[in-house]
Amino acid sequence: MTKRVLNSVLREGGIGLALLALIIIFMLLSPDFGTLRNVRNIFSQITINIILAVGMTFVILIAGIDLSVGSVMAFSMMVAGIVLTNSALPTAVGVTLAITAGLGVGVACGFMNGWISERWKLPSFIVTLGMLNITRGAALLTTDARTLYEFPVGFTRFGASTVFGDIVPTIFLLAVSLVAISWFVLTRTVFGRLIYAIGNNEEAVRLSGHNPGIFKIAAFAISGLTAGIAGVINMSRLTIASPIVGVGFELNAIAAVIIGGTSLFGGKGSVIGTLIGACIIGVLQNGLVLLGVQDFLRQMFTGVVIILAVILDYYRAKYTAAA
Amino acid sequence: MSQSLIEIQGVSKHFPGVKALDDVTLDITAGETHILLGENGAGKSTLVKILSGIYKPDGGSVKLNNALYAPESPRDAMQAGIRLIHQEFNLLDYLSVAENIYFDRLPQKFGLVNYQVLNQQAQALLDEVGLDISASTMVDTLSVAQKQMVEIAKALSSDNKLIIMDEPTATLTNQEISRLFSIIHTLKTKGVTIIYISHRLQEIYEIGDRFTVLRNGQKVSTQNLKGVEVDEIVKLMVGHDLTESYPTRTPAARTKELFRAEALQPAGATHDVSFSVAEGEIVGIAGLVGAGRSEILRAIFGADKKRQGNLFMRNNLIDVKTPKDAVKHGISLVTENRKEEGLLLDMPCYVNISLANLAAIARNGLMQFTSERSAAEDFVKELAIRTPSVDQKVRNLSGGNQQKVVLAKWLFCQAQLLMVDEPTRGIDVGARYEIYQLLHQLADEGKGVIVVSSDLPELMGICDRILVISKGKLTGEVMREDFDQEKILNLAFQEYAQQRKVSA
Repeated sequence: MTKRVLNSVLREGGIGLALLALIIIFMLLSPDFGTLRNVRNIFSQITINIILAVGMTFVILIAGIDLSVGSVMAFSMMVAGIVLTNSALPTAVGVTLAITAGLGVGVACGFMNGWISERWKLPSFIVTLGMLNITRGAALLTTDARTLYEFPVGFTRFGASTVFGDIVPTIFLLAVSLVAISWFVLTRTVFGRLIYAIGNNEEAVRLSGHNPGIFKIAAFAISGLTAGIAGVINMSRLTIASPIVGVGFELNAIAAVIIGGTSLFGGKGSVIGTLIGACIIGVLQNGLVLLGVQDFLRQMFTGVVIILAVILDYYRAKYTAAA
Repeated sequence: MSQSLIEIQGVSKHFPGVKALDDVTLDITAGETHILLGENGAGKSTLVKILSGIYKPDGGSVKLNNALYAPESPRDAMQAGIRLIHQEFNLLDYLSVAENIYFDRLPQKFGLVNYQVLNQQAQALLDEVGLDISASTMVDTLSVAQKQMVEIAKALSSDNKLIIMDEPTATLTNQEISRLFSIIHTLKTKGVTIIYISHRLQEIYEIGDRFTVLRNGQKVSTQNLKGVEVDEIVKLMVGHDLTESYPTRTPAARTKELFRAEALQPAGATHDVSFSVAEGEIVGIAGLVGAGRSEILRAIFGADKKRQGNLFMRNNLIDVKTPKDAVKHGISLVTENRKEEGLLLDMPCYVNISLANLAAIARNGLMQFTSERSAAEDFVKELAIRTPSVDQKVRNLSGGNQQKVVLAKWLFCQAQLLMVDEPTRGIDVGARYEIYQLLHQLADEGKGVIVVSSDLPELMGICDRILVISKGKLTGEVMREDFDQEKILNLAFQEYAQQRKVSA
């Protein structure tokens, strides 16, 4: 009986419990951790990673990987920034066009990732590694590595605005709604069903009368879209557009997905897990800073947590298989 | 009575929720060929995995030559001279046949692999098992049957006291099987003990000395094989009478044509084939492994690219480039490798059943879970799929029930032409019979069925008509009233025999 309870707790909430434990530990160790200001801080810090990780979840579910999201984000940001700083456009039109351009660039890069991998049956690891370099170079090229600033006030104010009594940044709410939409798409739609099915056995899906290629390309396009969204939102948050933003962000996004329990081999996982995974990384980094843990040690800790999360998943799989 | 090689005493093995072996006691006599029988899930594979060091028993003990034998790993078992030839192959795809055979003891020279010696030794072994390939061939280019023969060659490459063969003939053709049996006879004269697992009860008489039947993890009986009839063995296996191996079949009147292939030439084939299937008809395709039977099915289904020829459904020319097109036209294919190509193993039954017809259980792209589940539950009931619920992962079902899930998938999308490739491979007697019944039922409903099988008695048991393929060429067509094993085999060998004549 106790074993069954333990099983279901491990299966349903394993990773959520880890987050809870982490929060309790930091609450006990640091008086600053639970303050409103700090909570808002954490929310703001993890927003970009959540958005990138949501798209990454689609790609990893089909047993792919997208290494380009950090650079695609920067490229989207620069293109949006150029449109936004165009003084010829009225503000409202400029903002609309900038957002459209930013998201469009993201989707286009993601589509290329998917289409190239699919057309020539190449590992997405290599294709997106190439795209990482292409889009980083393109981002630098747009302004010759200069930083853009002096955006319309309304646009930058959005990035700093909050809701619910000044605790929750609006952009965090936006990230969480992306999680909610993705959760709905993945669990309630035919599209989501086929994403999981392809990750499980692509050939069986093909031989059941579907065209897996289209769905795989769509997954990459979604990852590109979220990278574009992250670019626009980050620009609003930072009030600048810099082509060197987002280096290494793809690794944090992948880490969030994996800590969240999604299998690198595809077919298994959830975007809710991804949200929790991103929270774990964010809480850990924030908490360690508050405790005065030195930079380098902090990075080591994060690495240890990633490995521990995967080990936890091993036991989760083992015990729940036994149930 | 000669001495015991292996004494299994009260061995038990539990898996979560299952008692795979329950207090099994069994002696294997040195030098005998012992046949291990039972339905899927009876515990045969578990027992041989314990002997070969893959599992450790929970209770009981095993003695080898009167000394306690408790291998910690397959390596321990190999060192003790016990070798298991797996049902599923353990070959390294991107190494050569020779490297695979001698993987654990590659001949060396100055610390480097001596390929000359390696290939010579391996080639000699391949000749011994009658496999006509070069030892330096990459394993990934081999057919399933050839891989099986390489596994057998691997087991022969070292001096073993006991060789365990887990369904070695499931993928072999008659020619290869007779080769395997002569190898077994040679091994016997060398004093090697053999444990042999098979679902094909006709063949065990050619090699077996004694047999043991397991049922639900328990030993039912151990007897001398001589003088025991097949139906007695089946009765022991299933626990009750199973009067017939095949349901009775009255061929349908071929009135309305359902499907026709004209000059169909699968990719890479040297010949084209033309044939038709009538509504309510079950057509078998016989031939040797590698003759191109599966390729014909795959070409009709659009599974492989670049085929030539025209396909007709109810006299309308149809354009099938991909499986998606085929499914749209009511054509379905149950592939020979259900685990690799037919199932989402780690997803529940209901997901697998609805996979080919998601449109039926979705509205505006949204899944309607209630109708999906109830459809799946109907099929579980109708096809007697033994599973605790439709939520069970397909991986946890037995082979027969997995196959029923694949069939349910195609029934759910109301396929008009059902093509099944080796429908009963690795499936136990009871479930086989149910699958035959199901195919008959589908035909009676007016659907067309095409069956490919290496088990000729099976084809003769369930089909109305058999097409014979030899080296990609359609060499004959035999109606049910003229079914004759020898006649069909001659047709199957025809093209190969002619080639020999020409080269002679």
